[in-house]
Amino acid sequence: MADEALFLLLHNELVSGVYKSAEQGEVENGRCITKLENMGFRVGQGLIERFTKDTARFKDELDIMKFICKDFWTTVFKKQIDNLRTNHQGIYVLQDNKFRLLTQMSAGKQYLEHASKYLAFTCGLIRGGLSNLGIKSIVTAEVSSMPACKFQVMIQKS
Amino acid sequence: MSRPAPRKPEYHKINKDLFVLTYGALVAQLCKDYEKDEDVNTYLDKMGYGIGTRLVEDFLARSCVGRCHSYSEITDIIAQVAFKMYLGITPSVTCNNSSRNEFSLILDKNPLVEFVEELPAGRSSLCYCNLLCGIIRGALEMVHLAADVTFLQDRLRGDSVTEIGITFLKKLDEKKYRRKK
Repeated sequence: MADEALFLLLHNELVSGVYKSAEQGEVENGRCITKLENMGFRVGQGLIERFTKDTARFKDELDIMKFICKDFWTTVFKKQIDNLRTNHQGIYVLQDNKFRLLTQMSAGKQYLEHASKYLAFTCGLIRGGLSNLGIKSIVTAEVSSMPACKFQVMIQKS
Repeated sequence: MSRPAPRKPEYHKINKDLFVLTYGALVAQLCKDYEKDEDVNTYLDKMGYGIGTRLVEDFLARSCVGRCHSYSEITDIIAQVAFKMYLGITPSVTCNNSSRNEFSLILDKNPLVEFVEELPAGRSSLCYCNLLCGIIRGALEMVHLAADVTFLQDRLRGDSVTEIGITFLKKLDEKKYRRKK
């Protein structure tokens, strides 16, 4: 099933729709990113439930992050995370060198300023997935050269 | 139901869930943003239109269907090839009038509403799957066919089946196609 195209197109329409109905300005930009991130959060929560129905219990935080990088990413984006780094104190950096949602956009620095809009949903996706696995986190993304991007996950210890 | 290979079929299904869940989150957000059902429906239709104009290229590239010679052929292809390819279902096609330009797609199963139990309170005229109408309309327009696509019946709104009505508005271009009598 060619779902990938459908989701890609829906995601792009989502982003452009959210921005079209907002006005210009920094505040509005932040609000749009938040909206997209919240949508991703909802989806991430639901998705991880479907996903981990039959899997074994996770041993620890690192195990969960490895799951996100391997199985979760492969199912959602058809490839694994290329690089996972951690400082073993609750900060993880997931690097994807060919992020699926950006490959069609540019291969370098063009449109770099718009990249963050297309990453907000995925940040929410990760945050939602982790949240339903019992981990509170803050997820941000940065892009220096498309289509490579890095997602930074900061675990919140409560 | 036995599971032959452990993980692969699961992943496939979850991939579909991603689209369905994202769509659900979208509709939920729109319900928050717009009070009137008509506004949400219009927005979904416009979004679907944008998607459809691009999806048709992906579809044509993947499916290698030949030129169509009649509206009913086109509707059959939408139902049997396109829906099957993207949503995994095959709606049945019926023709609604004698001049053969009004058709209905009857959806037995609708994967988009898999996680929807019922429409939210106060949203009784919401066309939850209106995106589909926009997609079909946009796709048809990219192949130079103007059509009106709406939901004639919707299970979520209490009807017995989900029915999408396609009304082709203009004659097919005489140069490229032969009109079916």
